Amino acid sequence: MDEGEGDMTTTFAVLGQFGDAIQFIFEGETTREGTEVGGSQFLELTWEHVKLSVVAMAIACAVSVPLGLWLGHHRRGQFLAISFSNIGRAVPSLALIAFFVAYLGVGFTNLTLALVLLAIPPILTNAYVGVTQVNPDTVDAARGIGMTEGEIVRKVELPLALPLIFGGIRTSAVNVIATATIAPLAGVNTLGDPIINASGYGDTGRLAAAIVVAALAVFTELLLGTAQRAVTPEGIKLDSDQASRRGRIQIPIRRHAST
Amino acid sequence: MLAPLAQVQIQDRSAGDASCVADDGFCPEWIVDNFDRYVDPFMQHVFLTLISVAIGFAISFGLALLARRRRWLIAPIAQITGILYTLPSIAVFFLLLPVTGRGDLTAIIALVAYSLLIIFRNITAGLDNVPAETKDAGRGMGLTDRQLLWRVELPLALPEIMAGLRIAATTTVGLATLAFFAGAGGLGEQIFADINFKSNVVVAGGLAVLLAALLDGLILLAQRAVTPWTRARAT
Repeated sequence: MDEGEGDMTTTFAVLGQFGDAIQFIFEGETTREGTEVGGSQFLELTWEHVKLSVVAMAIACAVSVPLGLWLGHHRRGQFLAISFSNIGRAVPSLALIAFFVAYLGVGFTNLTLALVLLAIPPILTNAYVGVTQVNPDTVDAARGIGMTEGEIVRKVELPLALPLIFGGIRTSAVNVIATATIAPLAGVNTLGDPIINASGYGDTGRLAAAIVVAALAVFTELLLGTAQRAVTPEGIKLDSDQASRRGRIQIPIRRHAST
Repeated sequence: MLAPLAQVQIQDRSAGDASCVADDGFCPEWIVDNFDRYVDPFMQHVFLTLISVAIGFAISFGLALLARRRRWLIAPIAQITGILYTLPSIAVFFLLLPVTGRGDLTAIIALVAYSLLIIFRNITAGLDNVPAETKDAGRGMGLTDRQLLWRVELPLALPEIMAGLRIAATTTVGLATLAFFAGAGGLGEQIFADINFKSNVVVAGGLAVLLAALLDGLILLAQRAVTPWTRARAT
């Protein structure tokens, strides 16, 4: 895009760069040093990206969903559950990863740990809020028909809190996928490799990586959004239908429980 | 066209305890001697955050007022801003580079795009939560629609609007640490410059967290100041 050229030329140049990037994703290139980049090599980077994100998310869910349910059921640790997510939001992901690299060193395990820390707060907060928002009468009714506390958590509170929990998981998953882009700083070659280690990839490779990361994030968001709707109990769906019939269109709580 | 993002070791490590610095350690002396180098990136970080949140608020506010009159617009606006929110900002920086080039503009566009959903959702929720009876009372007193909006609905929606601003400000501080990928500098550039050096990471990262906490606190104070009635209710 040299200055002085017409607008049309600039437009075509921009489109051309995106075209090149798409081609880079599917066909790849051979660098001057003779290594293959793009194409099938991008598949490897994507796989590493997905693997890292899935492992981190799985650990984060395994930790924060039970903890959030337990805290919510016993109405304990409100400060922990809520302020944890406020603090989590204030810590930049780059700073968190840099901190882990500087103090613990690079590697898949350390990076996964950093991503788990990043992913926990939204899920924990949403699980906690989800349980505390369950109508107390419903819980009393469950107790009245003889359910044990464990059954109440599993059969009543968990299903009713699931939409909100999934909202937290969505937030975290998209955030983890975005942050996995800077994983090469910690020595893990994800789709961020062309962005962090530009040499060999060039501008086209970077743009291509950005496109794939963006697509991955949107795909994850849509997938988890579908899952969220699927796990929403019929009774709650009915509520929001009635609300929209009354003329109040609701923006679904997708992300954070507000406050 | 793009300058390579080479990882440069921070030069001039001579000051302070030499062995501590050579070990990439946490060196208070080095930090005191070298604090100057963080001032400009910090100010740039403040600039990027404030201008992005301000523009994001202006756009969201306009969209929310538009959607207040035409309620069918809420769903499409929420969906579009939702997609913008989903796109990782680091990817957006590079997607914008061919169009807007390296610099503050690219970073600000990406940061604004990210803040829209948060602020729009909170303004809309705030306006929705104004009790219908209150609006009826206002109309009964003879307020025009415009007066109703500015004197009744917006003041009552302020707590939610300010809550949205707090979330937007803290997340934007975090995302602005990646703005250096778009050539806009900020504290992230300092972190990236020497990611193995503990002193550097702690100071640059700490300043970012501090800035987020500071903005969060300031907006909370502003909210308390402009909504005295919520305080009266609390006591």
